[in-house]
Amino acid sequence: MEKKEYKKIVDKYTPNEPRFRNALIAFVIGGFMGVLGNFLVEFYSSTFDLSSKDASVFMIIILIFIGCFLTCLGFFDKWVGFAKCGLIIPITGFAHAMMSAALEYRKEGLVTGLGANMFKLAGSVIIFGVISAYIFGLLRLLVMGG
Amino acid sequence: MTFKYNNIYINETSTVAGPYEAKGPLAKLYDKTYKDLYFNEKTWEQAEIKAIKESVEILLKKMKKKNKDVDVHIGGDLLNQIVATNYASAKIAIPLIGIYSACATSTLSLMLASNMIEANQIKNAIVTSSSHNNSAEKQYRNPVEYGGPKKEYATFTTTGCATCYLSSEKSNIKVESATLGTVVDMGITDVFNMGAVMAPAAAKVINDHLKDTNRKIEYYDLILTGDLGVVGKMILKDYMKQEYNITLKNYDDSACMIFDIDKEPVYMGGSGVACLPLVTYTHILNKMKKGELKKVLLVATGALMNPTMCNQHLSIPSIAHAISLEAVK
Repeated sequence: MEKKEYKKIVDKYTPNEPRFRNALIAFVIGGFMGVLGNFLVEFYSSTFDLSSKDASVFMIIILIFIGCFLTCLGFFDKWVGFAKCGLIIPITGFAHAMMSAALEYRKEGLVTGLGANMFKLAGSVIIFGVISAYIFGLLRLLVMGG
Repeated sequence: MTFKYNNIYINETSTVAGPYEAKGPLAKLYDKTYKDLYFNEKTWEQAEIKAIKESVEILLKKMKKKNKDVDVHIGGDLLNQIVATNYASAKIAIPLIGIYSACATSTLSLMLASNMIEANQIKNAIVTSSSHNNSAEKQYRNPVEYGGPKKEYATFTTTGCATCYLSSEKSNIKVESATLGTVVDMGITDVFNMGAVMAPAAAKVINDHLKDTNRKIEYYDLILTGDLGVVGKMILKDYMKQEYNITLKNYDDSACMIFDIDKEPVYMGGSGVACLPLVTYTHILNKMKKGELKKVLLVATGALMNPTMCNQHLSIPSIAHAISLEAVK
């Protein structure tokens, strides 16, 4: 049998991902995360009299902490598995990726384990985040003049 | 390539299983189960080593034998450098043949042991097959605590170790023949669809076995594949019909038997080296001893997956080895 024919058999029995349902869940939970983030920004800027720029830094810190803390408690992976991109795309996903790798390799030593592997999943986010920020910054400079 | 055996028997078996297996339908049949994936050890790799060591100890205790009474230990697991088997062997202290054939390791080691006993090179052998969900996840996929979504047709690696003792001393279970598998690559690149990767290898070895032994598929009361899962099982049936014109009737897959698929978070069923032997050494052998099954063909299937090769966009090859067991009086 040719590989193409075999692929047809495989496709016939492999269930399709429920994309619409996944997107809907991600939309609702991701939206809720956005609301939570905005609430935190408002809260910090009004309570501690911070500029909204400083307040959003505090918001990010809090969300990263929550993501890391819940990952350590051992059930955040199930939430992420359910919410999918609703929790992966926000900063919580980045925190979760780093923390889960750190937990995994902690037992292989601080330097050779935790240090070397912590960015195993999240490293590419940083690299391509920096590169894309550079490109978009350059485009903005060229198009909008800064 | 099929080997025929006249005088090889399975004398005793032992099983150690993890928490997910202990919630499955075969829970009561295992010799020892753990509620926690760490097995009271510090890491998952060490838990797997403990599972192997304990299952050998339980086996020797059942048979009232000591490690020096056993000629050879053949075994393997999924970790790099088959590290669990090698480290366990340092404690078991029986001359070791460590092998790797992914999840087809279990039947390959039975075959090697049978060949050596049949050739009178050794008198007896123990065969261990182990896997651990988290140590395998860590090595082959993402960190365990990472919740990045998996496809719903993925399978779930079995945790535990199954051991059996083979010799030419007569028992109820005879190893009748074995067929060595060929590596097959049908171009599947989806690392979650292991059933689709392995089904062609299983089909090929079943067909080779029937050809070499001049048998029809009806000869067997049960054909049991290793870890194809719900999706792989359907693919194999269809592929077998189209490619070899063989209709699989008395057929099941151990991945669909080891867990309670509807209630446990195991996607499309079990996988891993320990899946087939954990089911066989408990449920299947019990049935054979009761006389409900007489002739069983075990087909352990292994996806020869390697993250480096997957990242290089190569498709995943697979292998399967078959062992024919017979109940004798």
